[in-house]
Order: sequence, then structure tokens, then C-alpha cells
Amino acid sequence: MRDIAFGQYYPTKSIIHSMDPRVKLILLVAFLVLTFCTLNYAALALVVACVASIVLLSKVPVKMYFKSLKMIVVIVLITSALNLFYGTGEPLWEWGFIKITLSGINNAVFVAARIISLILISSALTFTTSPTDLTDALERLMKPLTVFHVKVHEIAMMMTIALRFVPLLLEETDKIMAAQKARGADMESGNLVQRIKALVPVLIPLFVSAFRRAYELAVAMECRCYQGGQGRTRMKILTLHKSDYICTFIVILIIVGVVLCNVLLPHTLR
Amino acid sequence: MDFITAQNLVFRYIDEEEQQENNVIAKNVLDDVSFTVKKGEFVALLGHNGCGKSTVAKHLNAMLLPSGGKLFIDSIDTQEENEDFTIRRKVGLVLQNPDNQLVASIVEEDVAFGPENLGIEPEKIRLRVDEALKAVDMYEYRNQPPHKLSGGQKQRVAIAGIIAMEPDCIVLDEPTAMLDPKGREEVMNTIRKLNKEKGITIVLITHYMDEAVDADRVIVMDNGKILTQGTPREVFSQVELLKRHRLDVPQVTELCYKLRACGVEFDELALHSDECISKLVEVLS
Repeated sequence: MRDIAFGQYYPTKSIIHSMDPRVKLILLVAFLVLTFCTLNYAALALVVACVASIVLLSKVPVKMYFKSLKMIVVIVLITSALNLFYGTGEPLWEWGFIKITLSGINNAVFVAARIISLILISSALTFTTSPTDLTDALERLMKPLTVFHVKVHEIAMMMTIALRFVPLLLEETDKIMAAQKARGADMESGNLVQRIKALVPVLIPLFVSAFRRAYELAVAMECRCYQGGQGRTRMKILTLHKSDYICTFIVILIIVGVVLCNVLLPHTLR
Repeated sequence: MDFITAQNLVFRYIDEEEQQENNVIAKNVLDDVSFTVKKGEFVALLGHNGCGKSTVAKHLNAMLLPSGGKLFIDSIDTQEENEDFTIRRKVGLVLQNPDNQLVASIVEEDVAFGPENLGIEPEKIRLRVDEALKAVDMYEYRNQPPHKLSGGQKQRVAIAGIIAMEPDCIVLDEPTAMLDPKGREEVMNTIRKLNKEKGITIVLITHYMDEAVDADRVIVMDNGKILTQGTPREVFSQVELLKRHRLDVPQVTELCYKLRACGVEFDELALHSDECISKLVEVLS
């Protein structure tokens, strides 16, 4: 349970850590779009190289990234396998109804590389940005939406609290599971339906305790004069530094590079 | 006027109209409770579970309003409208479970939560947060997530979160109940230090008699009423009264009490272990 690496903050000092979370968020979105706009190997290589350098620059142990990749290994395998067999054109190898074509291989490589870069780059964001910074950035970026009566502050506050309570509830789940096992609950055997049913005695106490916690937290927040977003100030002021401009500039260069690769070189994917 | 003045405080969860409508008679959770706390004083509020001590705590920062009687905080009536946040700035409340009162996932951001709500300028919040974290000796942990800290450390962060709002008084509702002995010691030292060095008025609610010994004054509650109040020495010398209400006295006091019952001559009952030792030495030599 404790092994979930995706979405966890890893505090250390690096260029990526010190970047403005708003910039990181915007650049992440740009990058995600970019990975799906690669149409030939040159463009793909450029994006992959960038992702790799970001991973290295973040100074987060590579082991952490592998952990977050571990969760999606199955998805990567299935999607690339499907793409491998659904290629069109001249078959390179045939066995019964299975045939592998060059375009199938290309598709598989692209899909795998895209999904892996997607996960790596989003993990890089969450590893290098504290959850509060992230929600703070979201709150500030979504600020214009208040015009449409979107409760931006409330959404951000909810996210902060949710993130705060994730490790707590995980710990509690472990405890309740241990307690139920001590009472003779069987959670490891039986078919899928039986196993899901065995989770009910874990989920109910978890829900009850979550509600109790929520009530207590509300009391504590009120004790600390919380009155919603109005008239609230923030301790951390987000300011753009030189590094933010440089990084944005580099990303723009990469975007231009990918576009050039796509335009000038023949497309691998159709 | 004293900083906190409670005059004949009564509280019940159902008001009189509802009682008549539904034909039920609700028990008074607080029944004619009167006490005062001076500025800078360290008061311990003792009692069993369900004796109304947490209810008193919630009255002190206007989370609950009295059903009868009056409660003044720094000369402000808690029942006055739109004064609840003024009162909460003056009186901070620390709750029992440290996990459920931390809001943010980084220590310093959690401490900043209170001042942020008060709308203080960012640079000043920074100063207050650093100062508050230093006051509870948690400054080195400012960038840690709370779930990596021990119970005592979390509770100290919670206290720092209240200090950062610069209240005149801190009410602690059984802050050590969920902690191990080491964590309890840490928290108690912090509380004593805040009272001595910063002159913050402390109302400590507890059921550990040993924690009450260091207070300037002890108020003992039972069944929604005040049983007795006075200095720790005055209160704990009434061993029979406390025993009758199934309350304990500190271990050393009990030892002296029992020895006295066996015929050993003591001028007064000891509160601290050193005191007890010297008395025993005196008697034995």
C-alpha cells in the first residue's frame, strides 16, 4: 500500500524544484500535447531526450521513477501489443492470423514511448512540486474562472486537504486490515467477487473514521479562523525567476524543433 | 477584569423550547460553572471523561455559546454577535488528535494556515511562522510532511500553528492523551516554556494528574460542576474528596497520603518526586 510512488513529493534542491509551479504546470501541459504530436523518430527522440534530461535534472532517484512506471507496465504492454498486431502493409512475419508489419512495430514503439514519457514527465512534476505549491498554482491559474462563478479557492482547499489525508487514510487502511485479519477475516483467498466482498469490513470503518476526521478537521479549521477564500493572504508569493523564463524558452525551442522535424522529415506514422 | 471570566455558565445541547416540544429533559452538560483565569496564568482543568471539560474548552473560543450565564474573554461577551473571530484570535484551541488538526501537507505551510486566514502580509507571516516553529523547537522540520513526524512532534506543530496567530491564551484540550510518554514530555515542556517565556495564558485540560502539578491553579470538574479549585497543593491535599469522585491524585501524593494513614508524620503531602524523597529522608533519619 505504501509503495505508491506516483504523486508523491520528493523534497530536495534542484533547478526543477526551484521553478515556479505555475510555469511547471503550463509546461507540463505543453509537453503532454507535444509527445502526442511526434510524427517521426527524430521528433520522438527529441522529446524522449528532453524527458530524460528533466528526469536527471530533477535530482530525484531514478528508482522513484521506476516505481511509478511499474504501475503502468501492464497498460504499456497491452497497448503496444495491440498496436503491434494491428499494423497495415507488407507483413514481415506471419503465423496463422497473426502478422507483424513494419508500421505495426513503429506504432508499438511510438505508443510505448509516448505513454512512458507521459508518466515520467507527470511524475517529475509531482516529485518536484509540493502538493500545496501545486494546488496553489492551480488556484492562481484558475483564478480567471471565478468570473464564471467557479469556486476556485474551495476546489484548491479541497485538493490540499485530500492530499494531506492520503497517507493518513492509507495508514488507517493497513491498520483496519490488520485488525480484521486478527479477527479472522480472510482477504487473500477466494475468487474476485469473494475478495471484493472481503473488503467491505475494511471500507466501512474507513468511511466512518474519515467522516469523524473530517468533522474534527472542520472544528480545527474554524478554531484557526478559516472563513473561506475572502480576505485570505498567502505566505508564499509566487514570482517568476530567470530560470523560469529560460526553461520556458527552452521548451519553446523544443516545440519548434519537434514541429520542424515533423515538417521537414518524412512521417513514420500515418 | 480577569482575562477569562465565567459566571454561572450553563450549557445543554437542546434548548428549552425544544425540550418542551419533544417532552424531553436534557441534562445540563455544564451546570453553574464559575471561574476566572488571570492573564499569564497557567490553569489546569481536571476531570473524568464526560465531565464537561471539553465543553468548557469549546466555550472559551466561542465554538459553543452558553445556554445560560455569561462568559467574558478579555471583557468581550462570547454571545455578542460577530465577535467570534475576534475571540478566536485571542484564544487558540489545540485539540486532542494531532493528525486531524493539521491542514497542509508541509509543516511550515500548516503553521502559516492561521495567519493566512487572518489576512496578514506575506513577509510578516514568514516571520511569525519561523518564530512559532522555533518556539516549539520544530524549526528543522519545517519542510517535512506531517505524516513523517512522531505524535509529539505533530502536536507541537499544531501548537505552533496556534502560536503563529499570536493569541493571548492557548486552550489545550487533552493535548497529550494520544501520545507516548516521550511525546507527552515534549509537549508539556513546550507548554511550560510558552507560559514562562512568552507569558501566554495557558488553560490545560487533562486527566493526567501529574501534568496538573505544575500549574498555577487547578480546577477540578465533575458531572458538569466545579468540584474544587485552588493551587495544586490545596487541591491535591483533599485526597478523600477526589477519591470519592473516582479521581486520582499524583502518585507521590498518594504515597504520602497512605503513609500518613499508617501513622507516618507528614506536615503536608508532597507533589513532586524530589519533594517526596526529601520528606521521606527527613522522616527516616
